[in-house]
Amino acid sequence: MLSNIGIGLVFLVLILSFSIIYKAIFNLETSGQFIKKNIYTLSLFQTTFTILCFFTLIIGFINSDFSLINVYENSHTTKPIFYKIAGTWGNHEGSLLLWVNILVIFSYLFLVFNHTHNKKFRLYTLIFQNILILGFLFFLLLNSNPFNAIYPIPLEGLGLNPILQDPALAIHPPLLYVGFVGCSIYFSAALASLLSGYGGKLFAQSIKTWVKISWCFQTLGIIVGSIWAYYELGWGGFWFWDPVENASLLPWFAITALMHSLIVLEKRNTLYFWVIILCLLTFILSVTGTFLVRSGILNSVHTFASDPSRGIYILLFLSLMIFSSLVMFFKKYKKETYNFNLKSRETFILANNWFMAFFLITVLIGMLYPIFLDVLTNVKISVGPPFFNIVIIPLVVPFLFLMAVGPKFGWIKSQNKILHKILFLILSAVVINLFIFYFFGKYSFLSNLIFITAIFLILYLALDIKELINKKSKLELPRIISHLGFGMLVFFIGINYQFSLEEDFNLKVGGIKKIDNYEINFKNIKIKENKNYKAVIGKFKIINNKNNSVQYLDPEIRIYSNPDTLTYEAAIKTRITSDLYLTMSNVSRSEYYNIKFQNKPFMIWIWISAFMIALGGFVQLTLKKNEH
Amino acid sequence: MNISIFKIIIFSFAIFFLFIFWQGLKKNNNYDTKRLIGSRISNFQLIGMNNDDQYISEDNLKKNQFTLINFFASWCSPCRTEHKYLLNLSNKKIKLIGINFKDKKNNANNFLKELGNPYDFVGKDVDGKISILFGVYGIPESILVDSNLTVIKKIVGPIDQTQYDKILKLIQ
Amino acid sequence: MKIKIFLFIAYVLTVTHVQTNDSQTKLLKVYKNLRCLVCQGQSIADSNSDFAITIKLVIQDQFNEGRTEDEVYNFLTSKYGEWIVYKPTFSKGNLLLWFLPYFVFITGGLIIFFIIKKSKYNKDN
Repeated sequence: MLSNIGIGLVFLVLILSFSIIYKAIFNLETSGQFIKKNIYTLSLFQTTFTILCFFTLIIGFINSDFSLINVYENSHTTKPIFYKIAGTWGNHEGSLLLWVNILVIFSYLFLVFNHTHNKKFRLYTLIFQNILILGFLFFLLLNSNPFNAIYPIPLEGLGLNPILQDPALAIHPPLLYVGFVGCSIYFSAALASLLSGYGGKLFAQSIKTWVKISWCFQTLGIIVGSIWAYYELGWGGFWFWDPVENASLLPWFAITALMHSLIVLEKRNTLYFWVIILCLLTFILSVTGTFLVRSGILNSVHTFASDPSRGIYILLFLSLMIFSSLVMFFKKYKKETYNFNLKSRETFILANNWFMAFFLITVLIGMLYPIFLDVLTNVKISVGPPFFNIVIIPLVVPFLFLMAVGPKFGWIKSQNKILHKILFLILSAVVINLFIFYFFGKYSFLSNLIFITAIFLILYLALDIKELINKKSKLELPRIISHLGFGMLVFFIGINYQFSLEEDFNLKVGGIKKIDNYEINFKNIKIKENKNYKAVIGKFKIINNKNNSVQYLDPEIRIYSNPDTLTYEAAIKTRITSDLYLTMSNVSRSEYYNIKFQNKPFMIWIWISAFMIALGGFVQLTLKKNEH
Repeated sequence: MNISIFKIIIFSFAIFFLFIFWQGLKKNNNYDTKRLIGSRISNFQLIGMNNDDQYISEDNLKKNQFTLINFFASWCSPCRTEHKYLLNLSNKKIKLIGINFKDKKNNANNFLKELGNPYDFVGKDVDGKISILFGVYGIPESILVDSNLTVIKKIVGPIDQTQYDKILKLIQ
Repeated sequence: MKIKIFLFIAYVLTVTHVQTNDSQTKLLKVYKNLRCLVCQGQSIADSNSDFAITIKLVIQDQFNEGRTEDEVYNFLTSKYGEWIVYKPTFSKGNLLLWFLPYFVFITGGLIIFFIIKKSKYNKDN
């Protein structure tokens, strides 16, 4: 029954999408300023039915309705209800339905909130967006239908992967998809802008809120994903330059560049075609990322179960998107003249774009090179963290410096006498860095530079905050928060990397291991039966001889029955100054357990800094509303 | 004209990228070390499973026209299914060397008593380090070498009928 | 002037006291650079698999025998292929990989340089 309702609703949305495109094309020809009311109505119906459709699937999961193959494959009656719901989007087909939802919702919201803008532009945006929606609906119906039925109805489901049963991971996809998929609207808007000729400042104003929203959610989504990886995957790291992580990072670089360029477009009415390129590129990167991750072409620890037929569909869709973008762009491209004074804010925003492009291309090359090499020469190589770290980190140094200094320049031409301020702050940063260096431990020259520039950025922003309080103007607040978050992030990641203690060893129950000033006692093993898993819990007593503190950590090995999986739950004690991290795994056919022990200074500050970056974006969204 | 060249370049890039993606889909993503074929076995020393005084090294293999090195263990169930092929091979013009991987001697001996012992020599690899010398990463795995110690076939996983037939063809 | 002297002294102090390598132990660095072949995208440092445990023993042995980091990588590459090492080698084939990002960076820099140079707002200066 649910299957029929679901598929019925999908077809309804399909018909509505066709109708909207048809009516919109019609409306283009008619004169008058206003979009016909029936288009609004159709759009509202489209949104309503899409959301209902999604709820239908959720209900299927809540009720454990195994007549739907999707529910059967991804759920189980004993799953806690929260995770049953999360199971809706924790699989390929369900997440695709979520994509469609976001495409439709954004389509409607853009239509409604942009009523002050040019009619043709809005209609074209609607048309292009609905073409995207149709593309995804066809993909859903022909290849990845979450409402496919199964008969006879199985009594029990195959269960959700236990690693995915985590609160952070439950909200991570929706957050990320608002980012990933939200950028579809300005992809459509960019094509519409080219076609209708509605550009410049007004175009920038029409899309800027959407760019900011997608940026905020993309940032949050990435952060939550990293937090999940840290707490759940048991290796104590939070970023592995894994293909799925990189796939989410590529659009992020593009959106960040776009966000900054929009400021220039709005303020000085220049860089229009560059903004268009970024708008088109962002969604293209999102779909490329989806392709790389879901087609099975890449090997990763958190891919969905892959299926090559998916790959063909997504590749087809991607090709159509790329070619229509290129054709439209080149057809409408006109040479722009640029007027950039060296000492102007525009130039520094250009520099931001320059660095973002570098970071983006580096990550893209790192991801694609193994594929290209394999296809062309049949040689398989790996491109992992060492590559990305070695190439990217050196350029973070000038980037941090420019981030501090750039915003201080005025528009068009600036006479700012900030050289003395810069020298003074660099000096202070050098002194602080030397302090850390001498009292806490030595590190490489590059690390010194990273610390110096990160501290420089933080100090500069501290002075900016003072200025802000004096002037009582909230205008700079979002930038300060986000940039400060970024500076702190680099700083704390640096500290964490330099001063972490990490040790990998084997121990038997009752054994003791001494590392530095830590003494690790393997006290005992307990077995506990839970609702859907059996847990082997180890009790460890950690004595810190430096301050005579004692901590107890209990890592677990979890044995799940549906599906048969083994997971390793890290024991993590998070404190303000550092995290203690311990994972335990059994060495097969032996009494020994393999223990990984880590002390990670300022770990929580890494998360706080990262959230600050996103916070700045959210503050700006609320600020703008007040100003109007 | 400048922009036309630019257009051609960009379009070509796009077509190239999409082509590579398409081809990439067809490639097998699972890694295997079949590439080892053609390389030579390096120095090793294998101590007898039941007798610590017995051992063989790569020099012993040079005397054989063909040698099949097979990693097995009593706790490995695919090893049971492939065992009959090993027994058949023991009658052919090929020497079989078994390497007991991360196993207990008694269990291994019981395994061989129960299913038959096809090996000309059984060595032990208690901690698994020897498997690394042979580029092995799971069991069962088998490596076919000739008298020059060149790897002519590597079988990851249990030997099945197809693999068995291929081995027979190679040792003619 | 005084500032410049101080900066110089600070710089010198820093440069003469740095280490060339960061704190991470050599063993862990190698573990993190090697791929676990039976896992989906994990290093042997992060993996709990049998294979990871075995290979860690082999690496420890090799280091105890006095082998260098590069010798360990070469050994494992000869057995398992280049795929096992996360850091791509500096071979001719990988030259493109390592240099293309910087090439792009320099190109971007040149583009911006010429934009600014041609801008009329810069001609009055």
